[in-house]
Amino acid sequence: MSSLRSITLATLTKDIRLEWRSRDAINSMLFFSLLVVVIFSFSFDPNAEESREIAGGLIWVAFLFAAVVALNQTWARELRNQVLDAYRVSPAPANALFLAKALGNFILVSVLEAVMAPLFVIFYNLRALGPAWQLIPVALLGTWALVVNGTFFAAMSLRTRSREIMLPLLLFPISIPAVQSMVEATRILLAGDGSARFWIVLLLTYDVVFTTACLALFETILQAE
Amino acid sequence: MTVSAPETSVAASIIVVRNLVKQFGRFAALRGVSAEFGAGKFHVILGDNGAGKTTLLRALAGLAHPTRGEISILGKTPHEACREIGYMAHPSLLYDEMSGAENLRYFARLYDIAGDERCDEVIRLVRLDPELARPVGKYSQGMRQRMSLARAILHDPKILLLDEPFSNVDVHSAREMVGLLKGMRDAGKTIFVVTHQAALLEGVADEFVWMRAGQIVERTAHLTPDALTPDPPRAGAQ
Repeated sequence: MSSLRSITLATLTKDIRLEWRSRDAINSMLFFSLLVVVIFSFSFDPNAEESREIAGGLIWVAFLFAAVVALNQTWARELRNQVLDAYRVSPAPANALFLAKALGNFILVSVLEAVMAPLFVIFYNLRALGPAWQLIPVALLGTWALVVNGTFFAAMSLRTRSREIMLPLLLFPISIPAVQSMVEATRILLAGDGSARFWIVLLLTYDVVFTTACLALFETILQAE
Repeated sequence: MTVSAPETSVAASIIVVRNLVKQFGRFAALRGVSAEFGAGKFHVILGDNGAGKTTLLRALAGLAHPTRGEISILGKTPHEACREIGYMAHPSLLYDEMSGAENLRYFARLYDIAGDERCDEVIRLVRLDPELARPVGKYSQGMRQRMSLARAILHDPKILLLDEPFSNVDVHSAREMVGLLKGMRDAGKTIFVVTHQAALLEGVADEFVWMRAGQIVERTAHLTPDALTPDPPRAGAQ
């Protein structure tokens, strides 16, 4: 257990250091999200009420697409110089690598959300009419739902020839329940249609189920040729 | 030319390979390899491109799963014996954006090696400077190969599997690496080197293992002149 924790931490620190030096993923994600915000705000000009209805979908779809950039980068780094083989021949637990990658992606996507959320508020004139604090668990659980499956499927498509195409093909269909929960919860909270508790519980259940499944299967994915 | 090197098939075998077959789709990279390798010996694996040398090494490292057959390393599977195996591949297995010391500190954590002393020690052992802050991506090829060797020996393994350690390395650096490997063999390590530069290891290696078309066709104690021709010896298949 201590080995799992220390190797997870070491791998996470290493990944953050590599990202800090290259800024490959965060720059691409920010640029992509910014484009989505600006293009959509110019494409149509909704009033405040319409904005509350559509913003949930817009925000989460933008984050989902942007997250794919980070997810691909995370594993691409391990392919250069075949560094992943050095991990595979070591006694380090496979799940430490998975957890570190998932946590790294979670941090990256959370930073993106923290930077982009104020821009969404400004560009779409948003103000939550429901209990705004519930947006925090929606964001945390929703982001984890995206990155845990994304990290797993990015690892799975690592050795395929067209992994950039393969990842969305695998990730998006399986993320539909999570994305729907995030979008509905955000819409309810922005429009003041009551509590988003049902969708938050659904997100939590989704996270528990898929995190468990990913941890159970990751070693097979890592050791596959 | 001798047909085999019986001195390596004694009770002190550290690696036993039985009827090892590795297929990639319809292509068989290894076709029933059976061999025993003695402990504390320096084995050089030779053969043309596509002979199965790298696949054999990757199978020993636990990176290529056998289609059939079995591998026993110190009585365990390669995965179970991973703490006793040091693997150096043709690519560096290092992060280009980090310095050599940063790379080794990370890999040390994977083997539960605490502190930086061991990292500094192996970096000095391969004649590099632990204080060098330059990222590995900006190293010369020779420096990168040496740092890659440092990573492979970081956890002090009993068995070293080295794939093309001298490729793109100048003669001086290659001779330095050979001297280092000789010292490790003398200290009791079992070393496997896949190389096309066998002449560098004449007088150092204990055995030359010739592969052809996915099989070990000959094991010799010396590198004879006809062995330096592109085609390996054909007589005496195992």
